[in-house]
Amino acid sequence: MSSDAEAAPPDESRTDAAERIAELEARIEELEDEVATAAVAERDDEKSMVIVATQGTLDMAYPPLILASTAAAFGWDVTVFHTFWGLDILHKERSTDLKLSAVGNPNMSVPNAVAALPGMDRLATTMMERRIADNDVATIDELLETSLEIGVELQACQMTMDLMDYDDDAFYDGVTVGVGAATALAEMADADVQLLV
Amino acid sequence: MDSDTPTETLDVTGESCPMPVVKTKQAVDDLASGDLLEVHATDAGSVSDIDGWAAGTPGVELVDQSEQIQNDTTVYVHRVRVE
Repeated sequence: MSSDAEAAPPDESRTDAAERIAELEARIEELEDEVATAAVAERDDEKSMVIVATQGTLDMAYPPLILASTAAAFGWDVTVFHTFWGLDILHKERSTDLKLSAVGNPNMSVPNAVAALPGMDRLATTMMERRIADNDVATIDELLETSLEIGVELQACQMTMDLMDYDDDAFYDGVTVGVGAATALAEMADADVQLLV
Repeated sequence: MDSDTPTETLDVTGESCPMPVVKTKQAVDDLASGDLLEVHATDAGSVSDIDGWAAGTPGVELVDQSEQIQNDTTVYVHRVRVE
């Protein structure tokens, strides 16, 4: 193009127009690249969820794991941050022996004075476990193994691990230890869904 | 091969939420583009769940859902195409 411009008699308006066209062509190319990059970014823009699991009773252990494994099935990037009693869900031994409290449970058909008697928590737990088995609901350890398998990031809060005196190896293989509130918050800030259970 | 013949059949009868969806996802991951997965479930919630899952998951298409009675039990049959 430049040789053409040189060969032609000096005509400022034509040279300007040629320069302008070249500029525009460059700009179009730039914008095309940007659009392509944006399209790729949109495809990669998978949803993410962070759940903070604080409870370790048999009933409260289910919702985080069910939501986490289902979200992972949607292809979401999922982290469950376990703290306080929620750590028991990740604990190899304790997760298989989670309890249900009979006291203060308005769904129990007995008054609190009776529910407080020795053995009542055991009874409530046994009843719940039987219902879980009768309805073919997965056990907590099955859900946990499945969640790890499908790519859910399960984290154990370091401060509460120390508080409860739990060692790293008390947890299932694949559980991330050595994380704290700042890790959870940083992930929550970027997540599409944040839940506290 | 007839494209309506399932490439693979997944049996999740007797399993409850979230397993039908989670296992469907795992089965889909092992299949190739164009493959057809047939899922057999007894969980009544799987009809809505697999529909919702397929709608919200890129790369899969719910072909159809139907019901069969097998040994007095309703079996929900979901057919999912991998795109």
